[in-house]
Amino acid sequence: MKSTLDHAALAEEFNKDEERVDWHDGALWWIRQKRDRSAHRTPQWEELRETASAIKANVISNLHDYLIQFESNLKKNGVNVYWAADADEHNQIVYNILKAKNINQMVKSKSMLTEECHLNEYLAERGIDVINSDLGEYIQQIDNEPPSHIVLPCIHKRKEEIGELFHEHLGTEKGLSDPTLLTRVARKHLRNVFLTRRAALTGVNFAVAETGEYVVCTNEGNADMGAHLSEVQIASMGLEKLVPERKHLGVFLRLLARSAIGQPITIYSSHFRKPRPGQEMHLILVDKGRSALMARPDFRESLKCIKCGGCMNTCPVYRKSGGLSYHNTISGPIGAILAPNLDMKQHADLPFASTLCGSCSNVCPVKIPIHDQLYKWRQEIVKQGYSASRKTFSMKAMALTLSSPEMYKAAGKTGRWILNHAPFAINNKLNPWYKQRDMPDSPKQSFGEWYAKNGPKRVDN
Amino acid sequence: MSSRDSILAAVLKNQPPISALPDISMFKVPESDLRGKYIDMFNEIGGFAYAVESMDDIKSRIKAGFDTEKRVISTLPALSDIAEFCSSSVDPHSFEDVELAIIEGRLAVAENGAVWLTEEVMGQRIIPYISQHLAVIVRESDIVSTMHDAYARIASEDYGFGGFIGGPSKTADIEQALVLGAHGPLSMTVYIIK
Repeated sequence: MKSTLDHAALAEEFNKDEERVDWHDGALWWIRQKRDRSAHRTPQWEELRETASAIKANVISNLHDYLIQFESNLKKNGVNVYWAADADEHNQIVYNILKAKNINQMVKSKSMLTEECHLNEYLAERGIDVINSDLGEYIQQIDNEPPSHIVLPCIHKRKEEIGELFHEHLGTEKGLSDPTLLTRVARKHLRNVFLTRRAALTGVNFAVAETGEYVVCTNEGNADMGAHLSEVQIASMGLEKLVPERKHLGVFLRLLARSAIGQPITIYSSHFRKPRPGQEMHLILVDKGRSALMARPDFRESLKCIKCGGCMNTCPVYRKSGGLSYHNTISGPIGAILAPNLDMKQHADLPFASTLCGSCSNVCPVKIPIHDQLYKWRQEIVKQGYSASRKTFSMKAMALTLSSPEMYKAAGKTGRWILNHAPFAINNKLNPWYKQRDMPDSPKQSFGEWYAKNGPKRVDN
Repeated sequence: MSSRDSILAAVLKNQPPISALPDISMFKVPESDLRGKYIDMFNEIGGFAYAVESMDDIKSRIKAGFDTEKRVISTLPALSDIAEFCSSSVDPHSFEDVELAIIEGRLAVAENGAVWLTEEVMGQRIIPYISQHLAVIVRESDIVSTMHDAYARIASEDYGFGGFIGGPSKTADIEQALVLGAHGPLSMTVYIIK
């Protein structure tokens, strides 16, 4: 389902329900506070972030050799390796693996990469049914909606809405909305799914070049339930997920769950290295714009991302506009810097969905300068002619005003006069800035005027 | 050109000049009272951790704390009188009805409560995930301070599958309300033995 509305229009939709916006804002801020408490009680937290960032910088600078080393170790471990340039090639590979075994049902644990590739839709068109097993992703799937957050897929939904979905799809009693009872129902239903699927697909959080193993992190245990009961295990990973050696996992596993939800480590951090007897293991390395991103020096640091979602939880725009308004699988600040690399025209609005406050960069566990990149993408987008025309016009008017002291003074005077005498000229529906905002009282005079009257008198000799 | 070759060629062409791999040996946390720290942390995340005296002590705690009328399995020969020995060759689906699995942990991490298990001690990979309840026995001398110390111990270990498990399975996907027992065990208990 492709949306043609931009972030501002979709956010406006979300903002119609003020009570939901306040609740969503509060829920995410609460997670941000848990992240802070967890970070503050971890000794050497800042050194950890610095080190994680430096390890990822090394990986990006030597990715070619690490990929070859990883591939060779995977093969030694008995894992089949595939390379996919784009979503289509990735989906085709998964389909071929399943078709060769006559499998038409698969269970999947959380993988943003396969969401981005629209794997479920691709397989459904070819007669293969996929069930998402992460509870939040399962809820989004039965509601026919993409995840709104990479870690908390249905954070925008109220429990009553989830109860309604369960009533419709799982036959629970109407009006049931207790989170524990709903979770128990899903547990029972999905347990039967795990037990009856011959194939399981997982994402990859980290992969180790030195050993050819990959690590999958969950709190629910769904990746393990699927993988260890399957006869065909498939993992899809982006090229950038590598770390050089096993010991480097220590740095990232200390940062990931603390940054994501303030937990000291995910409940399950599973290290898959070899198939179990009788099982097939397949791993697909996916490029999908990553090698192209490496060629953009201003933006390549975004490849360091470990998908903790910390930047979303802290972002004032994300919290008040909801993940679905970003019309991209990865929403929030990190989504807004990753998406333009894939399609600058389609995602031209996203880098503007930010106040540039810098909070995202301050919580990022791998120190991606997210707000700097948002700013740089804006420049790139305007240069390429993809920015909204209204914005381009007002930016040009502002540039003209700021370049001349006379025009600046005149504009300031006019602005203050309008705010005091004709506020309706600004406080109206035609001004997008006024929505959900009240204009402040305007000062009677500018600082320049005040200083001329009250500052030290200049003595001319 | 295959996708493999064209991807690798693009990566080689576009990767920036080499950036040095940092040293990670400076992450040191003072190691005092690791057992106390471990127990506090594990209880905080929703698990149950106990310091125990002996295997007999563990047996009586299990009999008191779990429904042993249901299926109880273990990989530890010392527990053969209270648990069925789990075979590594049967179909993993056959463990679907296990109420409690008792296995040995290779090490435990004080900073986050996680225990490290490899498939050798699990019996089968699925066991610690499919059981309704999980109990893990760890020697006090196998408690380490941080994840760095844990990886120092397992850096060159050869395993097919291994995992850190840091508590009962959980979810907060419905309105951020914490629910223990998502898809994996409803509870996890760690016994620390001298």
